[in-house]
Amino acid sequence: MSDATFDPRQAQAAPIATIAAGVRAGKLRARAVAEAYLERIEREDAALGCYVRVDAEGARRSADAVDAAVAAGRDPGALAGVPLGIKDIFCTKGVETTCASKILRGFVPPYESTVTARLAGAGAVSLGKLNMDEFAMGSSNENSAAPVGVVKNPWSLAHVPGGSSGGSAAAVAASLCAGATGTDTGGSIRQPAALCGVVGIKPTYGRVSRYGVIAFASSLDHPGPFARTVEDTATLLEVMAGADPLDATSIPQPVGAYAKAARSGREGLQGMRVGVPDEYFAAGMDGEVETAVRAALDELARAGAKLVPVSLPHTKYAIATYYLICTAEASSNLARYDGVKYGQRAPDARSLEDLYTRTRGEGFGREPKRRIMLGTYVLRAGYYDAYYGKALRARRLIADDFAAAFTKCDVLVTATSPVPAFRFGERMGDPLQMYLADILTVAPNLAGIPALAQPCGFTKAGLPIGLQIMGPPLGEESCFRVGGAYEARTQWHERRPLDAAARTS
Amino acid sequence: MSEGSPPASRIRPEEVREIAALSRLRLTDDEVASLTQDLDSVLGYVAELSALDTANVEPMTHAVPFDCPLRVDETRPSLSLEDALANAPRREASFFQVPRMIPGAAGASEDEP
Repeated sequence: MSDATFDPRQAQAAPIATIAAGVRAGKLRARAVAEAYLERIEREDAALGCYVRVDAEGARRSADAVDAAVAAGRDPGALAGVPLGIKDIFCTKGVETTCASKILRGFVPPYESTVTARLAGAGAVSLGKLNMDEFAMGSSNENSAAPVGVVKNPWSLAHVPGGSSGGSAAAVAASLCAGATGTDTGGSIRQPAALCGVVGIKPTYGRVSRYGVIAFASSLDHPGPFARTVEDTATLLEVMAGADPLDATSIPQPVGAYAKAARSGREGLQGMRVGVPDEYFAAGMDGEVETAVRAALDELARAGAKLVPVSLPHTKYAIATYYLICTAEASSNLARYDGVKYGQRAPDARSLEDLYTRTRGEGFGREPKRRIMLGTYVLRAGYYDAYYGKALRARRLIADDFAAAFTKCDVLVTATSPVPAFRFGERMGDPLQMYLADILTVAPNLAGIPALAQPCGFTKAGLPIGLQIMGPPLGEESCFRVGGAYEARTQWHERRPLDAAARTS
Repeated sequence: MSEGSPPASRIRPEEVREIAALSRLRLTDDEVASLTQDLDSVLGYVAELSALDTANVEPMTHAVPFDCPLRVDETRPSLSLEDALANAPRREASFFQVPRMIPGAAGASEDEP
């Protein structure tokens, strides 16, 4: 292969594996790969709005360092030259980080998140920061307050990309990066992955460090990767995961062989029990989504898995439980934005109190305000037990449901989102309707279990449909094995959306 | 209030203003009106949890067993003063500067540094 050009859109199925192997072998220059992606972003992203900030200079510097390591005969790392997009919730030293909020405009972190430090240490090249719903609160990206506006779904510009990691999912779908980071508090990796037709995983709680990830709901926040294939996603997670002394909730168990597990799926699923929870096929599910997911279950059975009916009886309480806990935690976490130490400060304040209330009133968008208010309400003296205390008890019942199910099966397989991508504005008028979009994704966050999302079909209108594979705590390898098996037997992950030039012609 | 049903009446605009004050959020009248409606709708929905019997259930505050490890108590390098102050909207020497805390007290206001 010549080192002069690299086409991010060329038909290779797995850009991360392809690029890392090429760069490590000295057949491909990291700089050439970075330039190709930067050029593509320049051409394609005006219509999509995935990036809130492109860091071309930083990307070239990192790529050149990788090429220098290869030339000097040093190990350039497992992700040598792999260009990644970073969700704008990860603190990146010296690169503005805003969480797509007005209140953090101009904030330049003085330190680096553990996840981005590990990725860079493995030779990955950051192309810039990706758009999202403000403070990761939203399921459509319509809550982004970034100057670039909201992210459009590359499969149809009239449809949402999902959220909150909508920029990450859309950028991977449109080949504006080979992989991306995201965070998932109630579905924020998996739902946009489903709506944009890419792969993403929310790992076990504590598997990936939260150090340097701007906090939304600390007991529910899970950083994780996006990529085009199950194995590429597994490769990223292997680098991101692991104990971190800077995050007291990170877990000490050794990181699994995720990429190997993904490859092992190609040999079939003999001996694997796939649980099918009745409650996840309830009313309200789109017909085309249900048909695609049922067909995927048949495919897993043909691959050798045994399908087992299971029940998760407390599923109907998951959304209420989730929104009580996440808003309570958000109201506490977002108390730090007060205009004193960093971020925006309202002008003309007459007192310290006035400074706080004006800064927060002007700096937060509608959804963070709604959640801060709801969280403050449910934590208030006199209401605490009835709302927050009740939700913590319901959370245990929901987690116990999963523990019982996993005595009968190795993984659970469902849809990721009950509906394909919806149109801009369709759900914005009613916050409750937007919250209900998370109905199939919030329970794994409450229980802390891993859950993988991957493409399993398209609607007649050409919008992607996503499968969800959940495992028991630290069961990432089971998720990757089943996902790898499904991917090896289907071609959905090879489809890609049209480029801008083709869309307008 | 012990564990039981949420309050029967949901939320009124005066209560929204109280919550906004507790949350240190300055809201416009329009925001108070729309948040009253939004919070009422969400609180109505979450009230379905009261149907769930949780009498003998231990609250779950953390998704995985967590023993709150303590790090070794030793000094380590931390952010330099300049790094820590670099994002300050307003600073004076090595301090974050804010308007006077006590209304009417002598001292610099935001507009009179």
